[in-house]
Amino acid sequence: MKGTIHNRDSFLNHIASQLGRDHRTAGITRPAWKHDAPWEVMKDYTEEQLLEVFKKQCRNIHTAVIETSKTQLPGVLKKLVSENGGGPVIIPEDSRFEEYGLTRLLKQEWPQENVPVYQWQAKKREENLKAAETSNFSILFSDYTLAESGTVCVKAKKGLGRALHYLPANYIAIVPRHTLVPRLTQAVHDMNRAIGNGEPAPSSIHFISGPSNSADIEMNLVVGVHGPLQAFYVLV
Amino acid sequence: MALKINEEKFDDRVSQGLQDSFMRGAVSSAQERMYTRRLSAAEELGNWEEWRSLGEQIRQHVLKNLDYYLMQLGENVSRRGGHVFFAKTGAEAVQYIKEVAEQKQARKIVKSKSMVTEEISMNEALIDAGCEVVESDLGEYILQIDNEPPSHIVVPALHKNKSQIRDVLKKKLGYEQSDDPYEMTKFVRGILRKKFMEAEIGVTGCNFAVANTGLICLVTNEGNGDLVMSIPKTQIVVMGMERIVPTMEELDVLVSLLCRSSVGQKLTSYVTVAGPVTGEEGDGPEEFHLVIVDNGRSEILGSRFQPVLQCIRCASCINVCPVYRHIGGFSYGSIYPGPIGAVLTPLLKGYDDFRELPYACSLCGACTDACPVKIPLHELILKHRQAIVEKEGHSPLAEKLAMKMFGMGTASPSLYQLASKLAPSVVSPFTSDGRFGKGIGPLNNWVNIRELPAPSKERFRDWFIDHKKRGTTDERNHS
Repeated sequence: MKGTIHNRDSFLNHIASQLGRDHRTAGITRPAWKHDAPWEVMKDYTEEQLLEVFKKQCRNIHTAVIETSKTQLPGVLKKLVSENGGGPVIIPEDSRFEEYGLTRLLKQEWPQENVPVYQWQAKKREENLKAAETSNFSILFSDYTLAESGTVCVKAKKGLGRALHYLPANYIAIVPRHTLVPRLTQAVHDMNRAIGNGEPAPSSIHFISGPSNSADIEMNLVVGVHGPLQAFYVLV
Repeated sequence: MALKINEEKFDDRVSQGLQDSFMRGAVSSAQERMYTRRLSAAEELGNWEEWRSLGEQIRQHVLKNLDYYLMQLGENVSRRGGHVFFAKTGAEAVQYIKEVAEQKQARKIVKSKSMVTEEISMNEALIDAGCEVVESDLGEYILQIDNEPPSHIVVPALHKNKSQIRDVLKKKLGYEQSDDPYEMTKFVRGILRKKFMEAEIGVTGCNFAVANTGLICLVTNEGNGDLVMSIPKTQIVVMGMERIVPTMEELDVLVSLLCRSSVGQKLTSYVTVAGPVTGEEGDGPEEFHLVIVDNGRSEILGSRFQPVLQCIRCASCINVCPVYRHIGGFSYGSIYPGPIGAVLTPLLKGYDDFRELPYACSLCGACTDACPVKIPLHELILKHRQAIVEKEGHSPLAEKLAMKMFGMGTASPSLYQLASKLAPSVVSPFTSDGRFGKGIGPLNNWVNIRELPAPSKERFRDWFIDHKKRGTTDERNHS
């Protein structure tokens, strides 16, 4: 259902009159930008070079990178969780958990070992928030991974909301190697092209670079303010 | 907090700032760190000037077509189910926000840092209406419980040391641990986590709105803004009307410039682009309101001050300003301090209360060089001075008289010669060791903190004539 819009015409007509013309309702296109600077960054880097940049940047943002294979992934996750206080674990709806061979871990091994696993659900707002607040770990897949800033990008969709990025104490992003791009430029270009082709934009897009932090007290860096205290990227 | 943060006179505010040795130390060390970080973040890119030109071009294009992009944004937010309110004044914006709170029968509101909500005194109005409004940015929260205004756009509690913060937490919240920033932060995390979970309405600002998607971008390191837009069932976004980009491609450029210029990071920990939900994500706001605020900005459009609307609130101008370094944020009397405040505050609130701000500047131009979107800040400050003197006739009587006498003296060669000849002997009672001492009326403000050389007994003209003669003689001797 469409939302309401109040006072638009008088507001926009006034702006147009301040600009010395009539209100424009169509025909505006973006000009040719002077520079291609964003595309120049790491322009000809190979995947290996991007990976090096990514790993180096993750050290700067207090984020551990663990490299593994699809077959080793369940073991790596199990070790990470048990070494950092155990469960509960929260995950979104995402077919990639099955694709990456994690069904057994999530549905059998962890529950049997007293590590509760909660799956975020499309229509269960209150339960989702309560589970996220009490979870020790959230585990998600990165949609785009930005080498320059050590960032994972996750798009919201059915069964994948917002608070599971921010409420649990620890954050694990599974990073498929093919999601690695030089920087923000490639990710937003891809998403903007899809929008231009008529695809609806996700209701939220989260670019996350390591754990929450603040330097508000005498410029001292404190890691872990409102969101996760630790972040781990598992590169597959 | 309104845009004007206190009623004291400018000179008194400055004196207080100059006497606050902790604040001055904190500001200069913070400036040093942020300046170095910004420089290295810019250098890493290798073509920073191209980035700045691109940022400037994007901002100028948006301002030139602001009505179009705001229309597009409004339609896209509405299409997604969000409500849009265009507010001509701060009062209209606040009234709408209060009505939303009343409709939702909300009592608990949590918010993330937003300069525009400070500007329109939103918190006070909601508190008067019986709501609890909790700032969730760590620095803003500390200031809120201590009832103090921010002194910096990005690091709002910069003027407070950790012992003072510990005392505030102890007095207001019963905190009993040390002044270790980690311990204090952990304590505040516990309190605010509860506030997030209980909140019925979340209020955020808006770093940039993306016109072609109807989404809002928030840039934080703490993640508080993200919790504000994840948990409460109703979200209200308050944006200054100029904070908009056409698409996410331009967002890339401006967010990159913002993060590097404000804190020297490639990206902050959290950059989130979000809007109304579809209802299938499992959380997020069920009701979404976007309040687009003019509050004096449209009067700047089309004027010679229009470039100030390019501002992306990174504070890099504040972080290089030598005047801010000495007098601190409170001296500006506005929530917008430093060079950007000296330009913007008088435009939004007039010269009556803020006529001194354009003079709180040495015109060194460091702010202009630092600005990531190339706002010619020191030139705009100079334009304010012109406007004050020429149009408003606001220059002090003593300054007018001094300028008139200077004009007369320099217009007449004989008067000028006489004055420059007499000057050393006229001022000699007030000088020693070739410089002015203290206690000479209008010169006091200068000589209290810097040296002022006395006029030399030998005038340049005499020196020149003498050397010219000697040069001619030397040349003859050599030939």
